[in-house]
Amino acid sequence: MLRLLARVLRGLPGYLWSGWGAAASLFLLLAAWEAVAAFYDPLILPDPLAAFAALWGLVQQGAAWPAIVATGRRALMGLALAVSVGSLLGLAAGLSVTASVLSRPLVTVLLGTPPIAWLVLAMLWFGMSDGTPVFTVFIACFPVVFVSALQGTRTLDLQLRDMARAYRLPRGMALREVYGPHVLSYLFPAWVTALGSAWKVTVMAELLASSDGVGAALAASRAQLDTAVTMGWIVAVVGCLLAVEYGFLEPLKREVERWRETPL
Amino acid sequence: MSLVLSDVRHSYALTEVLGGVSLTLSPGGVVALVGPSGCGKTTLLHLCAGLLTLQEGAMHSGFAKPALMFQQPRLLPWQTTADNIALGLRAQGVARSDARTRAQAMGNALGLDAEALAAYPHQLSGGMQSRAALARALVLQPDLLLIDEPFAALDIGLKAQLHRLLLRHQAEQGTAVLMITHDLMEAVRLANTVLVMAAAPGRIVHRHTPPGAALTRSDATVYHDTAELLRVPVVREAFGLDALQEEGRAASEPAAAVLPLPGARVPLAPPADPGAAQLPSSRSRQCG
Repeated sequence: MLRLLARVLRGLPGYLWSGWGAAASLFLLLAAWEAVAAFYDPLILPDPLAAFAALWGLVQQGAAWPAIVATGRRALMGLALAVSVGSLLGLAAGLSVTASVLSRPLVTVLLGTPPIAWLVLAMLWFGMSDGTPVFTVFIACFPVVFVSALQGTRTLDLQLRDMARAYRLPRGMALREVYGPHVLSYLFPAWVTALGSAWKVTVMAELLASSDGVGAALAASRAQLDTAVTMGWIVAVVGCLLAVEYGFLEPLKREVERWRETPL
Repeated sequence: MSLVLSDVRHSYALTEVLGGVSLTLSPGGVVALVGPSGCGKTTLLHLCAGLLTLQEGAMHSGFAKPALMFQQPRLLPWQTTADNIALGLRAQGVARSDARTRAQAMGNALGLDAEALAAYPHQLSGGMQSRAALARALVLQPDLLLIDEPFAALDIGLKAQLHRLLLRHQAEQGTAVLMITHDLMEAVRLANTVLVMAAAPGRIVHRHTPPGAALTRSDATVYHDTAELLRVPVVREAFGLDALQEEGRAASEPAAAVLPLPGARVPLAPPADPGAAQLPSSRSRQCG
């Protein structure tokens, strides 16, 4: 554990330094936004400064945090459900040829149904409760996780399986050191993708079906034709996603997949 | 305490791959099974390793600690070389730090330095990966080592190095070795007993004992003995080689006389000297 911490700390300067590239591309985006905003009326597209000022206003009013926390709670609940159920069912389905053949078209149906359709159904079933966004997130993220878990189990290397048997690895050790890392290398990217869509789908669900959270706040600012506040909320949502992605998931991924050939 | 196979038969669906194989491997002995591709060598080895279930015949193994070395290195890509070598030890319940120390010692003995031991398999060359795979088997101090032509993909220098490492270890520890290969010269270099297999169905057709102890055989002895082995008609037939030409005739007769039957694949030049008659000139029998 201590060694792990030491390694993470050693890698930190390098990781932070590599962030300059990401920062540069984000600033390019801001510059483009600024440039486009210069041509249009602030009602159509306010410039970045106005949007940040509006967000800062929301933070000072105390409106920002409760909304972000409510959205985050729903997104994480739906995501946790999708990740646990999807991973388990996918692993189980991958172990049987029949189950994997049967489940593929079902997954395609799930993936093909637009989240907004699920949202309408969820509103009918769960009304204005937290159930609506959580269910919509679950149903949007589940197939992604399920398919990856299924593929992870289907592609288990027979050669490594024989090796594990020849060297008489106990079942627990084989799961931990042979099958686990392989399946995880499929599951992990799916979890990251699921997190991104969970966040987006929650905001969409809240817009239509909740009285609090970032989505509801967006609905209110749209009703008031307040483009600056709308952009402020968008900045908040995207900022949260960036923070989770680069502050937590990317370092975690680098640690988990250190053994991979580094493509870049 | 030995490995005894009597009349072992094995089929995949309707294809009989092993048709009655019997052999005995005593402690400290080195037996090489040589045969063309598809003669059931790997099946036989996997039966001995317990990776396949015995269908017919009897197998008795008095060896307590067998270890198998595969055709490919089969290292775990997500573990360092040292951890890969230590894998079998840890499977036996050896503590992680102890297993790693022993793995490092074995790795060093096989020419893997600290840098290579800390690296992941994809960062190693093919030769280094083979060393790691050999170390993973040898670190268990097996009393029976089953080897499935792991050196086939290596260049001649690396192959010779690993042969020496293996023979030295075998001589020190008295490990019994059952190896399969399609390289007659490798078999003659390493084994006390060479068993030649033919395909369809797989069976042992010839038994050969190379001269002297393996470590003392010179290159010249190995070349000469391999040449002698290749003169045995059943061996030639097993590998799908043409019947041997009479040495005096091959040089004097016109080329037309030595051409094989139509349809066989042949080298472009007809054999001009007696040594060339040993080149594989056609493969009349092949099976998957």
